[in-house]
Amino acid sequence: MLEKFPKKIGYTDEIEFYITKIEKLLTYNYKIAKRAIALLLLQENEEILELVKSNEKNFKEILNIINELKNIYHQPIFYIINILRQREASNIIKDVIVFSDKKKKNIFKKKLEDIFINPLIGGPILLFILYYGLYKFVGVFGAGILVDFLESKFENFINPFFINLVEKYINFKPIVDLLVGDYGIITLGFRYAFAIVLPIIFTFFFVFAIIEDSGYLPRLAMLVDRLFKKIGLSGRAVIPLILGFGCDTMATIVTRTLPTKREKIIATLLLALAVPCSAQMGVIFALLSSKPHALIIWFFVIFFVFLIVGFLSSKILPGERPTFYMEIPPLRFPEFKNVFLKTFTRLKWYFLEVLPLFILASFLIWIGKITGIFDLMVKLLEYPVRFIGLPKETAIAFLFGFFRRDYGAAGLYDLKKSNLLSTNQLVIACITLTLFLPCIAQFLVNLKERGYKNAFFISIFVLFFSFSVGFLVNLIFNFFKISL
Amino acid sequence: MKLSERAQEILEMLWVQFEEKKQKAVNLGISKVDPAISELERYGYINITSDRIILTDKGKIEGKKLVRRHRLSERLFVDIFDIKKTSVHPISCQFEHLIYEEVEEAICTLLGHPKFCPHGQKIPEGNCCIKSKEIVSKVIKPLTELNVKEKAKIAYLHTQDTKKLQKIMALGILPGMSIVLLQKFPSYVFEIGNSQYAIDESLAKCIFVRSGS
Repeated sequence: MLEKFPKKIGYTDEIEFYITKIEKLLTYNYKIAKRAIALLLLQENEEILELVKSNEKNFKEILNIINELKNIYHQPIFYIINILRQREASNIIKDVIVFSDKKKKNIFKKKLEDIFINPLIGGPILLFILYYGLYKFVGVFGAGILVDFLESKFENFINPFFINLVEKYINFKPIVDLLVGDYGIITLGFRYAFAIVLPIIFTFFFVFAIIEDSGYLPRLAMLVDRLFKKIGLSGRAVIPLILGFGCDTMATIVTRTLPTKREKIIATLLLALAVPCSAQMGVIFALLSSKPHALIIWFFVIFFVFLIVGFLSSKILPGERPTFYMEIPPLRFPEFKNVFLKTFTRLKWYFLEVLPLFILASFLIWIGKITGIFDLMVKLLEYPVRFIGLPKETAIAFLFGFFRRDYGAAGLYDLKKSNLLSTNQLVIACITLTLFLPCIAQFLVNLKERGYKNAFFISIFVLFFSFSVGFLVNLIFNFFKISL
Repeated sequence: MKLSERAQEILEMLWVQFEEKKQKAVNLGISKVDPAISELERYGYINITSDRIILTDKGKIEGKKLVRRHRLSERLFVDIFDIKKTSVHPISCQFEHLIYEEVEEAICTLLGHPKFCPHGQKIPEGNCCIKSKEIVSKVIKPLTELNVKEKAKIAYLHTQDTKKLQKIMALGILPGMSIVLLQKFPSYVFEIGNSQYAIDESLAKCIFVRSGS
């Protein structure tokens, strides 16, 4: 039997007519069937519209054809095309596939799935996962035991070996400093990447992969969606924000998965300001753990800043309100192979992206030291530091904080040891440093992902905001004569 | 005493002007000489003072019925018969005059007491719609009004915001599918086939389902 149009899917005669009309106007080689391009055009796929616009001189005519078809139907064309496809698919499978009565789901599994979407039980489950997964495994095991072990190896074997090697063959002091000085590429950059960041990031990604593979994340996203709408985000944003507790730099890249520019900017801002990364949290826990009430104050101030800044930016930033939609996969026991592969690929990717930035940081500090810019910046930072009631020695910790936020916190550790800081001052310093500018890697990623304007705006805002909060906390301490 | 089709059309137009666009009076203009106008005046549907038309209470009741029939017809042609956009209005214009009250209720019930015409304008409620609220069967309503654990069939997706429509369709949710609502708070969770989905309220409002099926 002869057919008027090649029958691929039973679209209506009108749609077929317009497909043919557009196909005839397409001249450029798109490497896929013209029919496919025509169908995408009729559905007003933005990417394809752009592509065709730049490749066809008849683009105006094509647009007219699209509009002609749009005028025939009430519903959008993509709606009609999708319904027709669905019909066709059902037609195809109805003769060849038999659906047996729904397999009885494992009762236990079904109960478990009900529990995980229950808003009342969801909270305690989240706390349980955060405590054992993040605090115990990443914080205590990764950032504590593993880091100590690897650091001692670096301090005792690897660093001395390279220092000897470099000093033996190179006599030019600046180059020796660049490679193995206090902030050298090997002694700081590599040590940092392998001895401090690797174990933390490894344990974090491992836990994250287990959580991801179990199907928990979409359920968490669903539970927090209403709350997140208040800070201008949808439940989807819970994934980059949780990832931020591992590494803010990576989390900022993951904000790509958020659908609108507005959500991306809010998430980037919150990551830069109020989500401390695992390395930083590790040092802050170490600093404040001997004084639990200080740790609690730190936590609540950061949490409050997170909510208030999210809330305000959702009021200020223009753009459409976020919508939330997600498929919820069945809960399942994480498979070792998946967990391993995910952890491994993330680690590999992390090193390719971030190791060059560590090297760059070492390099910048080196240049800063040689040219004296470094000393100048420390001098400049002394003013705001004194302003929030801290001794001027903390300025250097803040400057380091920009290169690596946790390095700044580590600087505080030295000051604490030499008894230069009271507990009040320590809390203020920890709060300000947590909120302070993201590390240089995150700053560079912000530039790349959000563009110059937004990245600079976010940085300047964070800079002023962090010191303002520090100032305010100091003021409150003094006013109420609180001494921790 | 049945109004001429022309008079019915004018009455419909007047009802939209007065009741939906909230105009106080309409200028008569050149239609003064139109026999349909005098027909409407004769039956007491309108009052003419100098050059202005005012819809009477009787006219308001009749006009509402006519608009309702017109918009119901449109829904019928779009939802059930898949008639093209360009033809829906003219066909509905003719069809509405053929509908008697009982037929109107039957169509309305068949369509599941729809609230909006395909152009997004409100369909005035009829007696059958009010009754149907008490007997919950075969009614089309947004997913947000379905009860938890209740089964339904997706009737259609409707929103003026094509982005929302695209998001819903991206999940593979289409008319004709069976759906079970699992949870309403904090988000809407439902099951289609063997898959579960979560969406927020703004999207759930765009999915219209036929319950009791």
